[in-house]
Amino acid sequence: MARLTSWRPGRSLVIAVPYVWLLFFFLAPFAIVLKISFAESQLAQPPFTNLVAVVDDVLTFSLNLFNYIDLYEYDLYLRGYLNSVKIAFFSTLFCLLLGYPMAYIIARMPTHSRNICLMLVILPSWTSFLIRIYAWMGILKSNGLLNNFLQYLGVIEQPLEIMHTSVAVYIGIVYAYLPFMILPIYANLVKLDYSLLEAAADLGAQPWKSFVRITLPLSLSGIIAGSMLVFIPAVGEFVIPELLGGPDSLMIGKLLWAEFFNARNWPGASAVAVVMLLLLVLPITLFHRYQARDLELKPDA
Amino acid sequence: MHSRWLTRLSWSVLVTGFGFLYIPIVILIIYSFNESRLVTVWSGFSVKWYGELFRDEQMMNAVWMSLKIAFMSASAAVVLGSMAALIMVRFGVFKGKMLFTSMITAPLVMPEVITGLSLLLLFVSLDQFIGWPDGRGVLTIWIAHTTFCMAYVTVVVNSRLQDLDESLEEAALDLGANRLKVFFVITLPIIAPALAAGWLLAFTLSLDDLVIASFVSGPGSTTLPMEVFSSVRLGVSPKVNALSALLIAVVSSFTFVAWWVLRRQERLRLVDLQGAQKQQDQA
Repeated sequence: MARLTSWRPGRSLVIAVPYVWLLFFFLAPFAIVLKISFAESQLAQPPFTNLVAVVDDVLTFSLNLFNYIDLYEYDLYLRGYLNSVKIAFFSTLFCLLLGYPMAYIIARMPTHSRNICLMLVILPSWTSFLIRIYAWMGILKSNGLLNNFLQYLGVIEQPLEIMHTSVAVYIGIVYAYLPFMILPIYANLVKLDYSLLEAAADLGAQPWKSFVRITLPLSLSGIIAGSMLVFIPAVGEFVIPELLGGPDSLMIGKLLWAEFFNARNWPGASAVAVVMLLLLVLPITLFHRYQARDLELKPDA
Repeated sequence: MHSRWLTRLSWSVLVTGFGFLYIPIVILIIYSFNESRLVTVWSGFSVKWYGELFRDEQMMNAVWMSLKIAFMSASAAVVLGSMAALIMVRFGVFKGKMLFTSMITAPLVMPEVITGLSLLLLFVSLDQFIGWPDGRGVLTIWIAHTTFCMAYVTVVVNSRLQDLDESLEEAALDLGANRLKVFFVITLPIIAPALAAGWLLAFTLSLDDLVIASFVSGPGSTTLPMEVFSSVRLGVSPKVNALSALLIAVVSSFTFVAWWVLRRQERLRLVDLQGAQKQQDQA
């Protein structure tokens, strides 16, 4: 049968263009980060040494492990990694606790209101991320709107210290990433066959029981996708801990930024990035497995 | 009794969720009309910060720079992303498909600091060995944005391609149309709404990016988020509120119009399909 995409030379060309682009601008850079993480920082342009050099007519190859030893020896980095994983994990959990019920309710609405609600979920993520985090600065400051409001109501006497604490970071991450949790779960729940639930009810199952035994397992892939879409970027988040966080909310993205822009230690920043990537390999693989299936899945095929 | 309780619970969950998502944005917009320099104390209605904003040449230059980069990145990302979607849906198995899929999905979740740092190091190393791209600026930001935006375009176009009925193309091919013509006359118009949605998404993503642009930009290529970030770091500023309100107004009206047009088209298409079905049944 004639098919649009069966013409061989065209096929190779269409594959080659995005393939080469991604190899060059997405994959190759990681190899370079790995390479430079073994270099030494120096005051020159570019600010790192070559791994291979000719010294006194001898081709020398030097692999410098100090950047990694530093990571291990300075308590700061270890705490940064642990704290990032902790904050990302609990933020993901909060997103799930708020996002799942929302996705569930929206998925069971009549089509018209469903579309409007879906639009309302997506709209904030189209407006600037930076500006939405900035909005919380005005609300959470010690003389900000939330404190003024609570003091006006007489609920509190002294302003609450939320800004520059990890509470503010949690609020910021949940706020910014909530739509990414809702959408994949919604996409899963909306395809759910409700006759299964009716059958369970007819057979005498309690609603909570059919939820736990039927709805939850069937929406598991949406939960995984949503959780990974929140957890992975949250581990490396820079803007939110920088603008809302303080000393108790040290995160690794912020440390990498400081190492690069303030200390100008490029090899050090590369080592931070390599360890962060190793930490994220498992979650990224999990996300990839779900996403790859979704990209190739053809309905009724 | 039971179901009324449930309805009430559903409503309170939705109101809480949407309240959480929208109250900060609404407050931001209201306070952009505040007379006072202190952002959180209301002292009367004024549009003076909008005036100040437009007189801020540095900010306006950054707006222009960002729009330019976003336009170029979105356009390139649509081309590359649609090709990638076509490969994923239509090309079946080929050598290295596994790697390709990973490279298409990983940018969706990759922390921005890693993407930014790795691209910067690539550009610096290239400069060292082949003398290209010769410093950093608009070109390097464009490459970086195109790369991370194309993954999003792929996801959007992919779902549309999955729904596309291949028999339409086959019919046209059987009737003697050549492949190029079939692609431009049949395939492209059907996936056009997804291309538009992908372009818009890529445009807003590029317009919004702070972290990656900070790594790969050079002197003279300060984008809007970089400008906003440096002023926000010093604390809240009413000018940024005004800018935010404007951005939100523009982006949300664009999104809304796009959404409305897409839905209308979709509805018309369904009506067409139903009409065709009816005619077939009658015949």
